Amino acid sequence: MNDLTIIRKNLFRKKLRAILLTLSIMIAFLIYGALGAFYNVWTAGVDMAAANRLITVNRINFTVDMPIAYFSRIQSVEGIENVSHANWFGGYYQEPRNFIQTFAISPEAYLESYPELVIPPEQRADFIADRTCLLVGVDLAAQYGWEVGDRIPLNSNIWQQDDGTSDWDFNICALFDGDEEEIPANYAMFHYEYYNESLAFNRDRIGWMVVNTTDPDLNDQVARDIDALFANSSAETETTTEAAFSRAFLEQVGNIAMILLSVIGAAFATILMIVGTTMVMAINERTQEIAVMKTLGFPAPRIFRMVLSESILLSFVGGLLGLGLATLIVEGASSALAGFLPGLSMPMDVVLTAFGLMLGLGLLTGLGPALSAQRLSIIEAFNKH
Amino acid sequence: MTALYTLTDLSKKYTRGKETLTIFEELNMTIDQGDFISIMGPSGSGKTTLLNLLGGIDRPSSGAVDCEGVRVDKLSEGKLAKWRSAHVGFIFQFYNLMPMLSAAQNVELPLLLTSLSSKERKKRVETALDIVGILDRKGHRPAQLSGGQQQRVGIARAVVADPKVLLCDEPTGDLDRATADEVLETLQLLNRELNKTIVMVTHDPAAAGYASRQLHLDKGRFVEREAV
Ligand SMILES: Nc1ncnc2c1ncn2[C@@H]1O[C@H](COP(=O)(O)OP(=O)(O)OP(=O)(O)O)[C@@H](O)[C@H]1O
Ligand SMILES: [Mg+2]
Repeated sequence: MNDLTIIRKNLFRKKLRAILLTLSIMIAFLIYGALGAFYNVWTAGVDMAAANRLITVNRINFTVDMPIAYFSRIQSVEGIENVSHANWFGGYYQEPRNFIQTFAISPEAYLESYPELVIPPEQRADFIADRTCLLVGVDLAAQYGWEVGDRIPLNSNIWQQDDGTSDWDFNICALFDGDEEEIPANYAMFHYEYYNESLAFNRDRIGWMVVNTTDPDLNDQVARDIDALFANSSAETETTTEAAFSRAFLEQVGNIAMILLSVIGAAFATILMIVGTTMVMAINERTQEIAVMKTLGFPAPRIFRMVLSESILLSFVGGLLGLGLATLIVEGASSALAGFLPGLSMPMDVVLTAFGLMLGLGLLTGLGPALSAQRLSIIEAFNKH
Repeated sequence: MTALYTLTDLSKKYTRGKETLTIFEELNMTIDQGDFISIMGPSGSGKTTLLNLLGGIDRPSSGAVDCEGVRVDKLSEGKLAKWRSAHVGFIFQFYNLMPMLSAAQNVELPLLLTSLSSKERKKRVETALDIVGILDRKGHRPAQLSGGQQQRVGIARAVVADPKVLLCDEPTGDLDRATADEVLETLQLLNRELNKTIVMVTHDPAAAGYASRQLHLDKGRFVEREAV
């Protein structure tokens, strides 16, 4: 037997109470872990946005396209280093549930817009040279077991070719990865020309433009100039920083951050109160026993540590169960939702924050009882009896 | 005989507002090594208070509690805790065992304050349980033991760290006659065979009869009776 034996036995002496407390903590961490993981994939793009990148979209909203002519007109704006354009292809592989994020891009310029995408130099050259090349993210390739040299068809659930079919044949000639772990590599890109020429309708339109400014300080000026250029035209534009664009996209999805934060906050405020009051009650019930321990010669600081450890132990037992369950759910959902939320997994920073929360919860709920146990006077405790 | 405790001009008073309640004043006494003292007296006469002073869980208003040259009343809280764990064994009326621990674990508790290895602790625990005659119940929790058995565990816990003195506050107050006698015989054995000094508070004259020295505390004064 050691102190931990006593701490453990104290914690689980009332089985039902311990189980209910553990469950309530578990649920809070389950909510935190699962929502944290989902939130993380949603916002991955926002975090990774480069400071000098602007996105120009149709003023109506970002799903409405604009004429390709804008791409050459925009080049004249001062303070621009590079411009590229992209279209949403809406691809899937073999069947619609194998949804694959695919963009039709201006190959060379687009890769210059996104220097964080790493491609072996030979493959990069192959991609730029080959109109039917599909540039695939390494995570996406891993998911379907694709390799360089594979030939695959992708269907579009939006576009049709001249001949009435909607499947495009591709040659996977290059793979890309992000230069940092967080950068998504779960989508695919191919030549705008290949796409545009085969379209049955809606040719010569582009979805959005990516503008790199020469200096982030010029962002506002450049954005204003671009939008002024297309003012009073049939397709007015709206230019924002990439980060703002990504966040605007999130806000459309329903101000997720706020909702998540309030759900998680409510869950934690609730368990904080439940666990806090229960720990106070539990220690009050043990006044007599604590007085006996002190009589036997257990020093006050050791009693303090034991009581505090008890609530930290509780917090970690419940927290780890919840986080474990959240990880199982997230990993399970990851393959099922691969099409819609690619890259879904339990992120390290959510895990680390969860550990911080466990420690914080344990300390917050245990500090009061531990202090009163430490200060407890033997004589007074015995007199109460 | 050598004195274990020397109490000099010991006073204990409580002040409630303007009123002062004097439990005892200028109390002088010595407790010798190997004594088995019983203390009787009316309720509220200060018997428990005296035990608390001897055990270093309470402090006198004035005067000195000397135990083998150590001024117990002057020790800091931390030193006092350490001193208690090494020198005093406490036996309570209501046993005060930890309900979630087995008999053996309850007895082991004071040994967690020593540097003994877990193997040595186990040996000591078994010896202590054997002395009080309850080794066969070492795995039982207090709720699974009778009052007499629980008090035996309480006694084993008090002696396991091998203190010189045992302070017992009505150790048989909650037991029937036959069980009380068994427990008292155990205390007597500890006194005679292991030379433990025992100070026992009791309301029961028969229990007091087991002691070698019987004291009566009343109105802050001791009256000594000849042992039978
Ligand atoms: N914290 C306190 N404040 C005020 N008075 C106290 C306090 N603690 C004890 N007393 C008083 O001191 C007196 C002695 O109490 P003590 O518990 O020592 O008596 P006792 O002889 O053990 O009695 P009993 O036989 O009922 O156990 C009592 O009158 C009690 O009310
Ligand atoms: Mg008393």
